[in-house]
Amino acid sequence: MIEIDLDQTTIRDLNQRLHRLPADTNERAWHIFNPKGRHAIAVGLDLPITIAIDGHVGFYCGGMNKQAEILINGHAGPGVAENLMSGTVRVRGNASQSAGASARGGLLVVEGDTSSRCGISMKGADIVVGGSVGHMSAFMAQRGNLVVCGDAGRSLGDSIYEARLFVRGRVDSLGADCIQKEMRAEHLEALAKLLDRAGIRANPRDFKRYGSARKLYNFNVDHAAAY
Amino acid sequence: MTVDPSSLRPSHSFPPQVIQEIHRAADQGVYEIRGFGAKRKLPTFDDLVLLGASISRYPLEGYRERCDTNVVLGTRHAAKPIELKIPITVAGMSFGALGAHAKEAIGRACTAMGTSSTTGDGGMTPEERLSSKTLIYQVLPSRYGLNPDDLRRADAIEVVVGQGAKPGGGGMLLGQKITERVAGMRDLPVGIDQRSASRHPDWTGPDDLTIKIQELREITDWEKPIYVKVGATRVTYDVALAVKAGADVIVVDGMQGGTAATQDVFIEHAGIPTLPAVRLAVEALKELDMHRKVHLIVSGGIKSGADVAKALAMGADAVAIGVATLIALGCNRPVYVEDYHKIGTEPGYCHHCHTGRCPVGVTTQDPELEKRLPPEQGARMLKNYLTTMTLELQTLARACGKSHVLNLEPEDLAALTVEAAAMAQVPLAGTNWIPGRNGY
Repeated sequence: MIEIDLDQTTIRDLNQRLHRLPADTNERAWHIFNPKGRHAIAVGLDLPITIAIDGHVGFYCGGMNKQAEILINGHAGPGVAENLMSGTVRVRGNASQSAGASARGGLLVVEGDTSSRCGISMKGADIVVGGSVGHMSAFMAQRGNLVVCGDAGRSLGDSIYEARLFVRGRVDSLGADCIQKEMRAEHLEALAKLLDRAGIRANPRDFKRYGSARKLYNFNVDHAAAY
Repeated sequence: MTVDPSSLRPSHSFPPQVIQEIHRAADQGVYEIRGFGAKRKLPTFDDLVLLGASISRYPLEGYRERCDTNVVLGTRHAAKPIELKIPITVAGMSFGALGAHAKEAIGRACTAMGTSSTTGDGGMTPEERLSSKTLIYQVLPSRYGLNPDDLRRADAIEVVVGQGAKPGGGGMLLGQKITERVAGMRDLPVGIDQRSASRHPDWTGPDDLTIKIQELREITDWEKPIYVKVGATRVTYDVALAVKAGADVIVVDGMQGGTAATQDVFIEHAGIPTLPAVRLAVEALKELDMHRKVHLIVSGGIKSGADVAKALAMGADAVAIGVATLIALGCNRPVYVEDYHKIGTEPGYCHHCHTGRCPVGVTTQDPELEKRLPPEQGARMLKNYLTTMTLELQTLARACGKSHVLNLEPEDLAALTVEAAAMAQVPLAGTNWIPGRNGY
């Protein structure tokens, strides 16, 4: 276990050390203390290592992560796991806005709530939120799955493309071109697997599925009011 | 009854083109979307002239005395700044808007000339990375194709906040250009209209931008210069905020800047021309004592070595060209005229990049049309054009007595119109009057 105290080590030194690890490194378990809301902690990683961060992190923790498993024992600032490629980022607490923005792969788990725009522009990742998400979540979401075990704020899935949204609680309102869809057996099965991967106990049958009506994919003057 | 043409009186408020546009809107119920850049008459660098040397200034001998053109960009924070042999770069244009042949031709020509090319809204293709010695990688609001491997493969990173053709607006690529390859790179279905967001998904204001730039530097180990590109609107504030956010290089794109597909109303009615934008950007940098420390690239309608010389004289460190690049590759060349007619236009007037039916194979994904632009041939034409621009630039700089093109200065300029004098803040030719100075 490698221990890093961010009161003693700069973010730049930490990230460069993580980036320079060889593929066959034995330094596969890292423990980071005193993040104190600092930004860009453990960004751009590309090795199957584990990182546990004790405390709250600022913007973009785990940004563009590949392969690594990052655990945040605290709350996360904006853009946690932005553009996630693969691996896992787990937030034990709450996350601020734009959690998992443009994430392409891997799994982001927020055990608490997230603020607005969770999963904005997501492109293939799986995002599981144990609590609720704020307004405009999954805005322009292209691919992947967003699971919300609590409620969703207004304009969920506005201008959504092919992403799948599962919400257990109340949805304040749906955004442009986002509609409720039938929950078929294949969706129940996929959702059960997602919840299992996220380690969150919930019954898939309690969720509703939302997705794109695909009416705005090509301009039609009769749908102009929907924009 | 025959009509006497001299009896026909067009309306100034509703000339034939306005009438045609109202009819089109009534038929289709949607704004016109098109490519190219602003077509309206605007103040440009043509409204300035360079004051060649005579008795009070000493010229350099043409063809004999050296006039250097190299520039280094991004020295503020980056460990590996960009070194270019000429101050003329190629602006960001996406794979999707352009075909693979055009992207490869641009990369080859830029490599041969020792300058940089830029990716676009759609990510980096292997062909353009392979063909481009110096490649600038754009990070756009859509984040199409964005990944950390390409960030690290790039030579510099350009955070695109806005574009001169549509400041405040997002990108647009219509379904007819979305082939399987383009769709795959953008994680979207084939054939749908792709309207990119106008705001970045994970930051909103200048303080956030500071942190975003920090993240990009951390991911790339502080090696790459970070550019910030803005469409020219509130240039003074945008440049100051980009400096504050930590940019190494600022790209200011005037309203003449081109686009592959945008609403005509946006192209013609939003933003300010390149001419005043350069002056405002330079003033903002000087105000912060950052001129020549944070480097300035200007773009939007630049077409000749004379334009480059004037932009540098006003204080820019380099320029970027987009539409002119496409024209050098064959855009609007009078060949395959029947194909221009099929899309309802003529050579010289075509702005139909949005259709994907580019008659000369530049802005298309159609393999048959792309064959009309062999990459080797395109690279040769663009290299010739860049060479010509560089020779023009050196000729003018030597005539002004400069041994390096970056030594050109505002004192080398005069304006031909009151508007240009006011916008560029150089004297109206034949006077010492600069509108707005000293209370006049």
